[in-house]
Amino acid sequence: MTDLAINTSRPSPRAITAWDRLKTNRNWLAIWFMLPAAAFLVLFLAYPLGLGVWLSFTDAKIGRSGVFIGVENYEWLWEDTVFWLSVFNTLLYTIVASAVKFAVGLYLALLLNENLPFKAMLRAIVLIPFIVPTVLSAIAFWWIYDAQFSIISWSLRHLGLISGNIDFLGDIWHARWAVIFANIWRGVPFVAITLLAGLQTVSPSLYEAATIDGASRWQIFRYVTYPLLTPIIAVVMTFSVLFTFTDFQLIWVLTRGGPVNATQLMATLSYQRAILGGQLGEGAAISTAMIPFLLAAILFSWFGLQRRKWQQGESND
Amino acid sequence: MTMFTRRTLVKGGTALGAASALTGPALLDWAKAWAQSAPWKPEKGAQLSMLRWKYFVQSEDDQFVKLIDAFTQAMGVKVTISRESYEDVQPKAAVTANTGAGPDMFWGLYSLPHLFPQKCVDVTDVADYLGKKYGGWVESAQKYAMNGKKWIAIPICYSGNMLNYRLEASKKAGFSKFPTKTDEFLEYAKAMKKNNTPGGFALGHASGDGNAWVYWALWAHGGNVVDKNDKVTINTPETEKALIYAKQLYENMIPGTAAWNDASNNKAFLAGEVNWTDNGISIYVAAKKDPTKNDIAKDMDHAVWPVGPIGKPTELHLMYPILAMTHTKYPQACKALMAFMLEADQFNKWLEAAQGYLTHCLNAYDKNPVWTADPKNTIFGEAGKRTLTAGGLGSVGEKAASTISDFVVLDMFASFCTGREDAKGAIKIAERQLQRIYR
Repeated sequence: MTDLAINTSRPSPRAITAWDRLKTNRNWLAIWFMLPAAAFLVLFLAYPLGLGVWLSFTDAKIGRSGVFIGVENYEWLWEDTVFWLSVFNTLLYTIVASAVKFAVGLYLALLLNENLPFKAMLRAIVLIPFIVPTVLSAIAFWWIYDAQFSIISWSLRHLGLISGNIDFLGDIWHARWAVIFANIWRGVPFVAITLLAGLQTVSPSLYEAATIDGASRWQIFRYVTYPLLTPIIAVVMTFSVLFTFTDFQLIWVLTRGGPVNATQLMATLSYQRAILGGQLGEGAAISTAMIPFLLAAILFSWFGLQRRKWQQGESND
Repeated sequence: MTMFTRRTLVKGGTALGAASALTGPALLDWAKAWAQSAPWKPEKGAQLSMLRWKYFVQSEDDQFVKLIDAFTQAMGVKVTISRESYEDVQPKAAVTANTGAGPDMFWGLYSLPHLFPQKCVDVTDVADYLGKKYGGWVESAQKYAMNGKKWIAIPICYSGNMLNYRLEASKKAGFSKFPTKTDEFLEYAKAMKKNNTPGGFALGHASGDGNAWVYWALWAHGGNVVDKNDKVTINTPETEKALIYAKQLYENMIPGTAAWNDASNNKAFLAGEVNWTDNGISIYVAAKKDPTKNDIAKDMDHAVWPVGPIGKPTELHLMYPILAMTHTKYPQACKALMAFMLEADQFNKWLEAAQGYLTHCLNAYDKNPVWTADPKNTIFGEAGKRTLTAGGLGSVGEKAASTISDFVVLDMFASFCTGREDAKGAIKIAERQLQRIYR
């Protein structure tokens, strides 16, 4: 551009190309800015997911890429009682654990929202189960549930309440409840603290107004707190359900899916078959089979809990 | 677990310098001479990394570190060792095989090399060299390490899984000698339970102890997962007999074995809660080492598995093969290390340090004093000769490996013993699983 003055016979500026438009157009600019994020998502989310789905249609083994075999893996799974048992276990585990986590978490959040002495410390204590690494807490539970050395059995025996040890992880239903309890213990703080954060955004003036109108405590909760909390409930429960549904570590340390696959979840079965058993294709099929359930859970919380008209500034009819 | 590994790693690191002093210059001289004459010359600048199963007997690992150190000094090849719980070696090896990045060598369990035979360096020359020099390989080890005519791994050792029992309690139950037949063994279990000194076998997902006893029970009654052509043959009256036998045993075990993993019976035996179980020699070694448990060490012994109706031993001992990945840049160094590990000057000391936990696969090592020094060790020396392979009558390939990893047989026994399924139902489920794996 510095030669502008000298070179007066310069031809008129070159025509604006499509590329120039792309470079300066504001709408396209947004695309450019989104590109790194999109690349990140494609590389680390879409690609592995796509690869997993693709693997489920092949007979890939470890160390060997497979050939396309259509839905054969799914056909085998369809008639596989262990697979269906794992589906049942996963649903039971997710539904029961999530429901209890929500109830206990909400209760704890309401408690912690009150003006208690040592409030900050209590809140920190509640977070502890969530801070401890899962594997560590799972090992602690493994000892608590041990067939011979369980502290619970020991205490009850010494109190004279039972004569023999409780078979926590050896009996089918005991084992199921035991792992569900461990999951609840671990998951409650997440729900409680997140809901507590939500509670603190509720303006005190709303409570004051409700009190002046003569609302009971239940009515205050039902008509003030709960509606204002629904968006955060939707988010926290979506996460909670997803985490529970895909839980692996806890089960793996405690039972490895035993006894007799009574606590085998889809995630653990998939790992057992794909990585330990070497049947990558089949393991991928089990993982892929989790997707519809997860999508359903997300859609439910999205449409069931979150899409309230009043949240978008309309009346709630 | 991590703490242990780190501690031993640090210890191993500091031991590296001191090791030559500990083992004496003679060993180093020998190692150097070996390096001169060894058929495999490590590549220039070679460095190796190895993932091995995490030891059960500390002194075994200490000697292993010395051995590796001697190799490093003689060959100038640095070897980095990492350790994982033996069940975790397989997934790591699997990922490495799939991605082509990771340790050069894996020392794992059972038919690990058969999960990805085409990713294993051909080590036929190493196997031939060692076999010729040390009286040949035991038959089962050849099956484990060979793919067709090619050796894809070197069978380093077995770990014998035998019956561990308390002497006094057995005597009280009327058994001064441990039963040698399955029927007798059932009577033994009943008598022990009656005396309030029960024992137990793991029925949870216990890769080692759990699989060892259910395969024994299945084979002892003539049941088989597959025939020699890998055709699924689980659905037979013999399998049903095995299940019924196992259930009778289970009813006379200590409650809770359905939840047991590989560590549970060790804990319970050392706490005096359990009076018979199946395990490696590690319970005995631990009891000898801990002054508070010395009475248990004195009052226990080991026995081979009782023989069933088919009239011959049907044992399944843990096999630990070592393999080199084809992605390694230093295959010659890998081969040299494998051969070095099993040379008499190294391996004899190592066997002794392992106190019976490791059993050789090369016949010449029958003479190692560890098998005679303590009569309670002796039967572990026979593990290599007594064991069948994980594939039973069939091949020791990836299918056999999948069957074991997927706990198909173990779950069949567990579901029948715990009353979840009847015999027919349990067999049917297992048959279907097997057809899926052997399709």
